[in-house]
Amino acid sequence: MDNLKKTPLFNIYKKYNGKVIDFAGWALPVQFESIISEHEAVRNAAGLFDVSHMGEITVKGKEAFLFFQNLLTNDLSKLKEKQVFYTFMCNYDGGVVDDLLVYKYSDDYFYLVVNAANIEKDYKWMKDNKGVYEVEIENISDEVAELAIQGPKAEEILQKLTDTDLSEIKFFYFKDNVKISGIECLVSRTGYTGEDGFEIYMPNKYAVELWEKIIEVGKEYGLKPAGLGARDTLRFEAGLPLYGNELSEEITPLEAGFEFFVKFDKGNFIGKDALLKQKEEGLKHKIVGFEMIDNGIPRHGYEVRADNQKIGYVTTGYFSPTLKKNIGLALIDSKHAQLGNQIEIVIRNKPLKALIISKNFYKKNYRK
Amino acid sequence: MEILEGLYYSKDHEWVKVEGDKAYIGITDYAQHSLGNIVYVELPEVGAELSAGDVLGVVESVKAASDVYTPVDGKVLEVNNAIVDDPSLVNNDPYGSWMALVELKDKSQLDNLMTAEEYKKFLDEE
Repeated sequence: MDNLKKTPLFNIYKKYNGKVIDFAGWALPVQFESIISEHEAVRNAAGLFDVSHMGEITVKGKEAFLFFQNLLTNDLSKLKEKQVFYTFMCNYDGGVVDDLLVYKYSDDYFYLVVNAANIEKDYKWMKDNKGVYEVEIENISDEVAELAIQGPKAEEILQKLTDTDLSEIKFFYFKDNVKISGIECLVSRTGYTGEDGFEIYMPNKYAVELWEKIIEVGKEYGLKPAGLGARDTLRFEAGLPLYGNELSEEITPLEAGFEFFVKFDKGNFIGKDALLKQKEEGLKHKIVGFEMIDNGIPRHGYEVRADNQKIGYVTTGYFSPTLKKNIGLALIDSKHAQLGNQIEIVIRNKPLKALIISKNFYKKNYRK
Repeated sequence: MEILEGLYYSKDHEWVKVEGDKAYIGITDYAQHSLGNIVYVELPEVGAELSAGDVLGVVESVKAASDVYTPVDGKVLEVNNAIVDDPSLVNNDPYGSWMALVELKDKSQLDNLMTAEEYKKFLDEE
């Protein structure tokens, strides 16, 4: 564990019985109490996550807007000041370099939040595609800590620690210089669990203090510290993709089922030609949701079969803690991808029956 | 971590409780604790003839699937379907949640396993 990167909260995991694992080169807690109890806390009350491993990159300059219109699949002209959006950054083949959040301060100042495993790659991709655009790109990941408080009680808990009226921060908007327990933070109503909640960014040195404050105030509401295990089961139930599973350099946003975040009518952007071609020719394979008919838990990487042939593989699978069912996401041949189709998941060499269902397994509980 | 006296233990964290020529086999408290919430259990067929080191069954936590090996040769006489219906029993009562009852083929194999005291020492060193 010594060679792993650590967040500013590393030394506090032990106090909460955190079980530390290697996640993309980071020493992070997979769980504190148990994945299921943490998962349930987020669905029913609140959970607090250390997500300081996430990367933050700022882009400033008078051509920042143009730079991003070319680099990202979503349409920046629709993004208002203090609004956040979800977007893909694609390669020229339409594959996904990363999926990220863009926070807009103004047309010449944007704040990006990217996946931990992709920080260096993204930073390089941006610099390589900077071209003649007048922008300044800065990777500030090492200076920024991030906490996520998620769940139906998140607002009530966080409100106890600030004078800012949090109800004024709408879904996918943010506010800067919010004083939480005296600490200046950037706060957005965003998350990765399918529940209402906030993501809070602050300088590293305040992370422990803020974590402890939120835990203390949240206790009576049922808030629990939550690890990466619950983070993954929560996002999965809500149909949210994980880079490396449902998205990759080889899987396009269209195949993943997220065309909503690809705006073909906004003008040129990197990957547009390939994506347009794919859209016109039809998708060869795509991500579907499925539910096991036979008893078995699908796992990442398991083979998917139909008509005695391999048609794809499982990208994520779990026993769903909320739905109490064995469900999964799989990348499969499009001709087998209709809802209601029966497929087989090969579990320990046994093909077990499963049914294709909508991948929005859990209805998102956002406060919009 | 609870370790019961009178049982035999394997390095893979299975326990064996001998009763005459038969033995109950399950996973230890340490094993259930390291796995976390157990959400699925698969057991062998009754009548299966197993050799030491063969897969006895599978336990799956939220995160991962793990094989459970039989530490001794034996024919499966009974399996504990209660833990298939409610896998969390293995977390709550690992020494009561036996997976299979086997007919022992060779009791001398028990000498290769650890006593409670030896297993405790083994865990301390892990």
